[in-house]
Amino acid sequence: MSVIATPARQSTGGISARTVNRIVIYGLLALFALFYLMPLFVMLVTSFKTMDEIQNGNMLALPQAPTFEPWLKAWGETCVGLTCAGIKGYFWNSIKMVVPAVLISTLLGALNGYVLTKWRFRGHTLVFGLMLFACFIPFQSVLLPMATILGSLGRFGVTLRNATGFSFGLGNPTVNLVFVHVVYGLGFTTLFFRNYYEAFPTELVKAAQVDGASFFQIFRRIMLPNSMPIFVVTVIYQFTNIWNDFLFASAYAGTGDAMPMTVALNNVVNTSTGVVEYNVNMAAAMIAALPTLLVYVVAGRYFVRGLMAGAVKG
Amino acid sequence: MAFLEIDGLRKQFGSVEILKGIDLDLEKGGFLVLVGPSGCGKSTLLNTIAGLETITEGEIRVDGRTINDLHPSKRDIAMVFQSYALYPNMTVAGNIAFGMEMRGVPAQERQKAIDKVAKVLQIGHLLQRKPSQLSGGQRQRVAMGRALVRDPKLFLFDEPLSNLDAKLRVDMRIEIKRLHATTGTTIVYVTHDQIEAMTLATKIAVMRDGEVQQFGTPAEIYNNPTNLFVADFMGSPAMNLIPATIGGNGNALSVVLQREAREPISLPLADAPTGLSAFHSKPIIFGVRPEALTDPEGAERNASNIATADCHIEVVEPAGSDTYAVTNLGGKAVVARLRADANIQPGTSTPLAFNLTKAVFFDPATENRIL
Repeated sequence: MSVIATPARQSTGGISARTVNRIVIYGLLALFALFYLMPLFVMLVTSFKTMDEIQNGNMLALPQAPTFEPWLKAWGETCVGLTCAGIKGYFWNSIKMVVPAVLISTLLGALNGYVLTKWRFRGHTLVFGLMLFACFIPFQSVLLPMATILGSLGRFGVTLRNATGFSFGLGNPTVNLVFVHVVYGLGFTTLFFRNYYEAFPTELVKAAQVDGASFFQIFRRIMLPNSMPIFVVTVIYQFTNIWNDFLFASAYAGTGDAMPMTVALNNVVNTSTGVVEYNVNMAAAMIAALPTLLVYVVAGRYFVRGLMAGAVKG
Repeated sequence: MAFLEIDGLRKQFGSVEILKGIDLDLEKGGFLVLVGPSGCGKSTLLNTIAGLETITEGEIRVDGRTINDLHPSKRDIAMVFQSYALYPNMTVAGNIAFGMEMRGVPAQERQKAIDKVAKVLQIGHLLQRKPSQLSGGQRQRVAMGRALVRDPKLFLFDEPLSNLDAKLRVDMRIEIKRLHATTGTTIVYVTHDQIEAMTLATKIAVMRDGEVQQFGTPAEIYNNPTNLFVADFMGSPAMNLIPATIGGNGNALSVVLQREAREPISLPLADAPTGLSAFHSKPIIFGVRPEALTDPEGAERNASNIATADCHIEVVEPAGSDTYAVTNLGGKAVVARLRADANIQPGTSTPLAFNLTKAVFFDPATENRIL
C-alpha cells in the first residue's frame, strides 16, 4: 500500500487544518467501526447473560455473572422445530456438506484454470467466458430447474439401489447440496485459478513435459504445490459462501435430518414455544458463525497475499 | 548421415507461416547455434525440435530416428530454458532428479546420478536448497545439471545466458564451452547475441523471418556472408557497408567511394570476384569489417591486396584494447579499428589501409553477395 505524502505546509494555519482533517477522518472511521461491531458485541454479551439479566438489564451492559449455560443449551438441548437435541447435529451436517463441496469445487477450479491456461484448445476463450457467466447467474432462477434435476437424480439413485444394492449417494440431500454448490462454485473457482495460472510461468510446464511428467503429474507436482496463495483464497471464499448459504440449503434440504446449520438456526429462532430465549439464540448464531471466523483467522494472512498475486507481475 | 537432420520444416500458426522450410544438419558432438533478431523463429524452431510445438510439414531426425510426432520426453533430449524453469517447490536435488523420478528410476540410482552431476557442476553444497535461495549463476548451473543428468542425445539451450549480468554471462559462456568440450554432447543453442554464436558454435544458422539466411561454420559466416543481412548482423562493431560504384577497366577493376567535399577514393582491386565486372559503373555495396580498415602500420603484413587512402577522421573512440576511428565514406559513418596507441586526432586527415582481400561486395537490389 502506498501512502500519499502531503508536503508539510509551512504556515501554522495549514498544520492545524491537517490535524482537523485527521480528526474528522479517524472520527468517522471509528464511528463506522463502532456501528459495524455493535451487533456482534450485543450478540456476544447477550449469549453470556442469564434470561433474568436480559429481561431486566441494559442490552449493551456486560454480563454481571457470565455463564456458558446458553452456549451449552444451544449446542445440546435447544429445540429445532419439534426435536429438542440442540444444534450440534446440524453443525456436523454443515461440516459434512461444506468440506467436500469446498474441496471438490476448488480442485475442479484449479484443474479448469490449468487447462484454460497451459493446455489451450480451440475455443478456450469461449469456454472461459461461459464459466464466467456462471458467476452472474441469479440463484433464484435455477432453484426450480435444479430441483427437477435433483429429483431425477434421486429417482435414478433408487433404480441404481434396486439394481446394485447401492445408490451411490444419489438422492441423499447432503450429496445433493454438495453437487449444487460444486456446480455453482465452479465459475468463481475457475476464475480465481485461471487468473493465477495465467501469470504462472509456462516454461515450468514445458520443462516438466520434457522431464516426462504426464498431464496430471504436472498438475499435482508442479501446479498445485505452487498455488498455495490462490488455493487459500478460493477455500476461504468457497467455505464462507457455502457455509452461509441459506437459499439452496432451505430449498433442497430444508426439512429432515440433513438440514444444514443455517436452516437449523432459522428454525431455532422461529420456534415459538414459551419465552424467546435470546441468550440461547445468540449463542446458536455465534456457533453458526464460528467456523467461517476460524477459517479467516487461520488462513487470513494468505488471503490478501493471494488476492494481490498476479496483480503485480513478480 | 548427420546426427541431427531437419528437412523442409514448416510451421504455421493459422495463416501465419513462422518457419518457412528449414533445412539444417549437425554432426555428432557438434554445437549448432541458431541466431537472429527477435521474432525470427529461432525459439520456435528449437521448440519444434523439443516437441513442445507441433510442425506443419517436414521431418526432424535424431541419430537416424524420425522424432516428429514423439512426445518431448520420448525424444531423448534435454532442454535448458531462458528463465531456467526450476520447479520452485522442489530442492535443487529434487529438480535434478524429477525427470528420473518420472521415468521410474530407483532412488539409489537417482542419488548416484545427482552426486555425479553435482560434482561436474560444483553444486554439491546447494543440493538441499530451494531455487529461490540461489543466485542467477547458481540457478543456471542447476538448470544445466537437470539437463546433464538425463545424458540425452541432444541438448537444447534456449537463450540460457540472457538473464545474467555481463560478467557472469562471459563466465558461463566459457563454462558451457568447456562442458561441450569435455562431455562431447551435441547441442542446439538459441541466442540473439552474435558474440555467443561466434564463440560457442561449430555451426551457425543465421535466421530471419522464419528462413535460414546462411548456414555454416563461424568463420564462413564471418568472412563470407552470403547477403547484407548476415554481414550486418554478425560481428561487433558491425561490418561497414558503404554505397560505392565499380570503376576501372577490363581486369583492373576498382571500387569508387564518394567523400564529402573531396574527390572520390578509388581503390584498385587485385583479385575482384568474377561477378563484379557485370557491375561496372553501377552502384554496389562495399563491405569491409572495421579490423580490415586500419592505420597502415597496423595493417596485416601478408595480405595481398591493401590499398591506402586519406580519410577525414570525425570521431575517435579509444576502447582500451583498440582505438576506433569514425570517418565518412559514401554518405555513411564508417568505423576503422586502429591500434590502441595509434596517434590520431579527430578533425584531421589520416591515411587508412583497406584490406581488400577481406572485402565483400553486395548487389543493392537483391542484397545478395556478388561472387
